[in-house]
Amino acid sequence: MASASATSAHPSAHRSHMARWLVVAVPYLWLLLFFVAPFLIIFKISLSDTAIAMPPYTPVFKGFDAFGDFASKLDLENYLFLTSDPLYIKAYLSSLRIALISTFLLLLIGYPMALAMARAPNSLRPTLVMLVILPFWTSFLIRVYAWIGILKPDGLLTLLLQAIGFMGPDDQVQIFRTDIAVFIGMVYSYLPFMVLPLYAALEKMDATLLEAASDLGCPPWKAFWKITFPLSLPGVIAGSMICFIPITGEFVIPDLLGGADTLMIGKTLWTEFFGNRDWPLASAVAVILLILLVVPIAIFQNQQKRVV
Amino acid sequence: MKSSRFDATVLTLGFAFLYIPIVILVIYSFNASKLVTVWGGFSLNWYRTMWSNQGLMDAAWVTLRVGVLSATIGTVLGTLAALSLTRYQRFYGRTLFSGMIYAPLVMPEVITGLSMLLLFVALNVDRGFWTVTIAHTTFTMCYVAIVVQSRLMTFDRSLEEAALDLGCPPVKTFFKITLPLIFPAVLAGWMLAFTLSLDDLVIASFNTGPGATTLPIKIYSQVRLGVTPEINAICTILIGLVTIGVILASLTTKRTEMRRIRDEHDAARAEP
Amino acid sequence: MAKSLGPVKRKFSPWTDPTAEPFIRFENVTKRFGDFTAVNNLTLDIYEREFFSLLGPSGCGKTTLMRMLAGFEEPTEGRILLQGKDISGVPPYRRPTNMMFQSYALFPHMTVEKNIAFGLQQDNLPKADIAKRVQEMLKLVKLEQFAKRKPAQLSGGQRQRVALARSLAKRPKVLLLDEPLGALDKKLREETQFELMDIQHTLGLTFLIVTHDQEEAMTVSDRIAVMDKGEIMQVATPAEIYEAPNSRYVADFIGDINILEGTVRHREDAAGLPGVLRIDSDGLQVAVDTGSQAVADDKVAFAIRPEKVRISLDKPAETAVNALYGEVWDIGYLGDFSVFLVRMEDGRIVRAAQANVSRLVDRPITFGDMVWLTWSRDAGIVLTR
Repeated sequence: MASASATSAHPSAHRSHMARWLVVAVPYLWLLLFFVAPFLIIFKISLSDTAIAMPPYTPVFKGFDAFGDFASKLDLENYLFLTSDPLYIKAYLSSLRIALISTFLLLLIGYPMALAMARAPNSLRPTLVMLVILPFWTSFLIRVYAWIGILKPDGLLTLLLQAIGFMGPDDQVQIFRTDIAVFIGMVYSYLPFMVLPLYAALEKMDATLLEAASDLGCPPWKAFWKITFPLSLPGVIAGSMICFIPITGEFVIPDLLGGADTLMIGKTLWTEFFGNRDWPLASAVAVILLILLVVPIAIFQNQQKRVV
Repeated sequence: MKSSRFDATVLTLGFAFLYIPIVILVIYSFNASKLVTVWGGFSLNWYRTMWSNQGLMDAAWVTLRVGVLSATIGTVLGTLAALSLTRYQRFYGRTLFSGMIYAPLVMPEVITGLSMLLLFVALNVDRGFWTVTIAHTTFTMCYVAIVVQSRLMTFDRSLEEAALDLGCPPVKTFFKITLPLIFPAVLAGWMLAFTLSLDDLVIASFNTGPGATTLPIKIYSQVRLGVTPEINAICTILIGLVTIGVILASLTTKRTEMRRIRDEHDAARAEP
Repeated sequence: MAKSLGPVKRKFSPWTDPTAEPFIRFENVTKRFGDFTAVNNLTLDIYEREFFSLLGPSGCGKTTLMRMLAGFEEPTEGRILLQGKDISGVPPYRRPTNMMFQSYALFPHMTVEKNIAFGLQQDNLPKADIAKRVQEMLKLVKLEQFAKRKPAQLSGGQRQRVALARSLAKRPKVLLLDEPLGALDKKLREETQFELMDIQHTLGLTFLIVTHDQEEAMTVSDRIAVMDKGEIMQVATPAEIYEAPNSRYVADFIGDINILEGTVRHREDAAGLPGVLRIDSDGLQVAVDTGSQAVADDKVAFAIRPEKVRISLDKPAETAVNALYGEVWDIGYLGDFSVFLVRMEDGRIVRAAQANVSRLVDRPITFGDMVWLTWSRDAGIVLTR
């Protein structure tokens, strides 16, 4: 710059300005390229036609020359197909249903655990947190796999129930490859994600609040609903969103534990992609799933922003 | 007290639920019988077959390389992202940026995996080792960013100002003051990124190519064919590695804690 | 207007010398953060070797002013000159100033030695020189045997001294101290105040200290700038600030004071003699030396420090110029002093302080006594702002 004022006169200051620019720009550009751009592409491809080729779709973007051509080729065919086939609608609804029930079960099991952890003696708490996190460090796939051996008709659960005489020697537990197995898998896999935000919210709560409530004549169970629960709501929302959103698109659990009639959209997408090799349709499935999840994701982001 | 007995029961049942399946899995990896549910005596047989299973070993090696590489790049990028978010309150597109950090945490893997694949296809990149690595870097960097960000938020900025004030330029200040102090968080971020990479099936399945089959993909394809004790064996090894890592980490924390207590003791005695 | 009262410490007063060049000059400096104006068009000169305090409540802009000098903030308007040179845009790591932080900001991963050496290493000095200077500094702050310790292993007072040594190691032209003694307990703080003065005197450096503690500012400073809402209310020596505050704000901020709002009844200027200003404060009559420009009918405040008010059970002689009659409402026993809250007929309270030269049991004045408060004409001041 010709009119270098005193402000920009120092080359070292200039260098540090560059460094600051790089700190923001490098991760920013990376995420734009590998996270945002793919969403634009998925959206475009969902509007293009299936072709028997590799890649198995007619590319919609062949440089700027073909832009006019591209615009004329866009159509909503895939989306129309999705709405015409009740299977897809059922899959979406079933995903939402399973995610809702799973999240509710997670809250039901996770909240007492988080509360018990928050009420545990100070010296014990780090260990308890560690115990919740530990399974998370072991492979997700392995943990789901472990349940197959338990839930199979000739699996350990059957053996156990037969051994204690709860079941006849010829009876078997018919849970494996049903929705119940899926719920067990979901709750098992996502429990740490539910417990930790709840614990974080409950743990930082001032214990004297409950003492004050008790001092003012409020019985413990009432104090829970009037004080503890409302104050833990940010944790409830964060935990519910962290579980609900990925569960809606979950693939591994319904695939390994669910039955043929367990409809989940993640499984449908996988089948369209790997089984039927219909990439545009798979993209359309993904786009609609994303649209369904926009509201919960927005709630989650908002929550995070308030915490930060 | 009644509530403490209730709490103890809840925690016992909760942790039993979390750990029993894993324990069973480990026990049956030492089962001599091929039938998963029949106990045929103790045996290391499945570890031997696993070891001689070339496909499984190759997959493990690929997974390890992808994990180390993507965790390392992801840690660098995630740390930079955390710095941007905590240090620069205003820059163009900051809201989009923080959105891009938080969204991958909850985004269903099938969407992330598919969209990335389509990007690579659009860019005409052959799928394989590098596409899996890039895909893993992208989602793990967000986890690193969150971990490092929470450390940076409690970081005393006056330490950096003191270094600047004493004549240390900003970049050097970062390496001499900031990085050493946030290093535990950066390391934790790396460990998390590495674990997530080791663990991932869905995103890797979309973005893998010939010769880049990762361990979860391999395990998944075998699991679909039925439960085999060989898988139990490799799972046990993975669990063992993670447990050792966690124990080491907690020992380090304990030592740091002991040192802190000793320091406080010294400080109290140093009082004039 | 301000007359110099009391002996000036060390006979050091470059600010009274019109030919003296200021060492640091803030020139019409304004700093805004968004809509908030932290420093408002402020001009201030500080001289070489001066021990200068910025005193004010939190949020008054004193820390911002110091941070602009250190280079952590740039002025929105105006400029800052150091030895006549504009230092705008010079990054903090190129400025010949060093700062001692309120939190001390000791690097927790470095030993005491390494902390002190840090600044010297940035100048790429030879190792031997650095080691020598570090030893000097450790000796200066009496921490030789703690050289190998980490900050976490030191007591609060020791940490404070390490921070001081570290900021002094580079022999900065100006040492900036941000609430340097705030984290110490009262006794240690008082000791350290005198140490700081000694060090400043020995090394012959310019010290700029930011504090909200008026006692600290009074003890250590050559001059004090009292700040409020981003502006300087008064710059003067501690004695002047105390004895001749220029406004109600400064009078009230420093020490304890009685303020009686009133109107000037008339002004008597006699040639060759100190004139008298007669003030009426809702029926209470006050006479004071004409140290002020105020004339008849001006709204003014009469201010007097409690320790300048005499309290007595006996009616004073008719010749007494100022005498108020009231009831002892409350007594605050402070050990060395007792403060009497005396209630006038109209309910207003006037405070009088009396040194407890005799033991408590002998004190003749007690609750409910009717007492006379008297003071001489030159004991109080007239405030127009």
